[in-house]
Amino acid sequence: MTDLRTQPVDLKAVLSGSARTVAADDHSVGMSYLESLPRRMVTLYLPLSIIVIVLLFPFYWMALTAVKPDEQLLDLNTYNPFWTWNPTFKHIHKLLFDSYYPLWLWNTMYVAVCATVLSIVASVLAAYAIVRLRYRGAQWVGGFIFLAYLVPPSILFIPLATVVFQYGLFDTPFALILTYPTILIPFSTWLLMGYFKTIPFELEECALIDGASRWQILTKIVLPLSIPGLISAFIFCFTLCWNEFIYALTFLTSVQNKTVPVAIVNEFVDGDVYRWGSLMAGALAGSLPLVILYAFFVEHYVSAMTGAVKE
Amino acid sequence: MADIAVQPRAARPPIREATAWQQVKSNRNFIALWFMLPAMAFLIFFLAYPLGLGIWISFTDARIGRPGAFVGLENYEWLWDDSIFWLSVFNTLLYTFVASAIKFGIGLYLALLLNENMPFKAMLRALVLIPFIVPTVLSALAFWWIFDSQFSIISWSLKEMGLITENINFLGDVYWARACVIFANIWRGVPFVAITLLAGLQTVSPSLYEAATLDGATRWQMFRNITYPLLTPIIAVVMTFSVLFTFTDFQLIWAMTRGGPVNSTHLMATLSYQRAIIGGVLGEGAAISNAMIPFLLAAIMVSWFGLQRRKWQQGENND
Repeated sequence: MTDLRTQPVDLKAVLSGSARTVAADDHSVGMSYLESLPRRMVTLYLPLSIIVIVLLFPFYWMALTAVKPDEQLLDLNTYNPFWTWNPTFKHIHKLLFDSYYPLWLWNTMYVAVCATVLSIVASVLAAYAIVRLRYRGAQWVGGFIFLAYLVPPSILFIPLATVVFQYGLFDTPFALILTYPTILIPFSTWLLMGYFKTIPFELEECALIDGASRWQILTKIVLPLSIPGLISAFIFCFTLCWNEFIYALTFLTSVQNKTVPVAIVNEFVDGDVYRWGSLMAGALAGSLPLVILYAFFVEHYVSAMTGAVKE
Repeated sequence: MADIAVQPRAARPPIREATAWQQVKSNRNFIALWFMLPAMAFLIFFLAYPLGLGIWISFTDARIGRPGAFVGLENYEWLWDDSIFWLSVFNTLLYTFVASAIKFGIGLYLALLLNENMPFKAMLRALVLIPFIVPTVLSALAFWWIFDSQFSIISWSLKEMGLITENINFLGDVYWARACVIFANIWRGVPFVAITLLAGLQTVSPSLYEAATLDGATRWQMFRNITYPLLTPIIAVVMTFSVLFTFTDFQLIWAMTRGGPVNSTHLMATLSYQRAIIGGVLGEGAAISNAMIPFLLAAIMVSWFGLQRRKWQQGENND
């Protein structure tokens, strides 16, 4: 029961490549029998591998720079720049023990988790009300929430900075915890609305007849059935929080309060020629948590991304 | 035992009239109000109110730490004669159009490639999305290092191949800097376009291709007359999002060039940050960011029509 497979066609199959749908199966057979291997080499594998290499090269370069000794970083002619035989953990050591990096990681994590949890709770309630309570004006509110999704942080950060200052939140984690939901709630409400629509109405009617309150219906029937949707929304919101830059840059000033993206750009970039190693180590360490999370929840991630667009 | 049956059923309460409170409590509009409250509170206090406040600030001469007085359209008049502002508008439009067009081209091509049957399909699809996951600022730093003026790996490789003799000053030259930030933006946006279009591609029924093959259609004809028309609605939505986020981009530019060299990569968002937060002139900064709103509205209209058409194609009624 937990996985309602009735939702939008093969969103889940996109990455899993499981080809559950007839479409993918027949399609591939229909296309490939006409083609010989050399032809496929040129039309498919060659362009694909070029694109994938270009997409992944910056990460390879980031990782390589993070473990290269300083003299090899700046001397491209003596050593082969694409590989190193004597990796060093000096940069990573410097990052972890000579800077506030662990603190910044903790700040980012703390802000992201709090903002995500707040937003998911608010969005679950709002999405349920819009889809199932169908109160007067629900369609309009749904439309406005979609519009709110399209309001970018770049036009809000100046007035928000004054608002945050008025509320006395400036330079505290709460400035971010309370402002990030404005980005996350529209997105996750829209996503969850799509999930709630797929839950059969009859289940709720049965519960209503048995005397369940709306709150009981939500917590005991709707939420358990939409766990995949909740995971998708959670992961995507968490990633958005981790990525967020302009609010964190504007609302936080003291070094100890900063989040990883802001701190690396502002605190690690100095005049030192040898900064590259620790800079790249910092970028790598800041990306890894998200990549690990992504690796575990690829399918949910994709369904969140495509779901928000398709809905 | 027998008298139990005879006893009048006095214990059973009569059916009560629902009190006014109970009627209110079961009224769906009343329940919905409480359900909507948290989300609405966030959106009103931290989105709608600042949005209005931003428009007000743009009509004042506010500075950081000083509320400012109403000055009418002075900020906008000032901007009208400001060549750096117009340069940033030009840069933003150039950045958005070039990057979005190429993102669409490569994204669609990549989606078509990934839709083919091949070994390691699932793994490839997962790998392709990684640039979209990693925080933009952090990958922008990697590009900053890749495009370094002295130690760029690209310059080094081209020199080894004998194509150039001097290092290319990627982020120090006006044209190269623009090309580099556009490249980084494309790099980051292609996975999003490709994976969402791939999801759209998988909903296209294979029987259409079979019928077209029987009719002797070429691959191009199949793409032009089957794939593309069926994908149009989702392309409209994806590209609206892509244009919107490219137009309002901030982090990539800020991490790579901070608007330099000589303002040649300043977008409207970075210019408004520089004027408002670094320069402290909130009013003028707010005016610059408000100048983005007309463009955003145009993009939203496109999205809306895209969605309408999509519903119509799927045979849904507009609920």
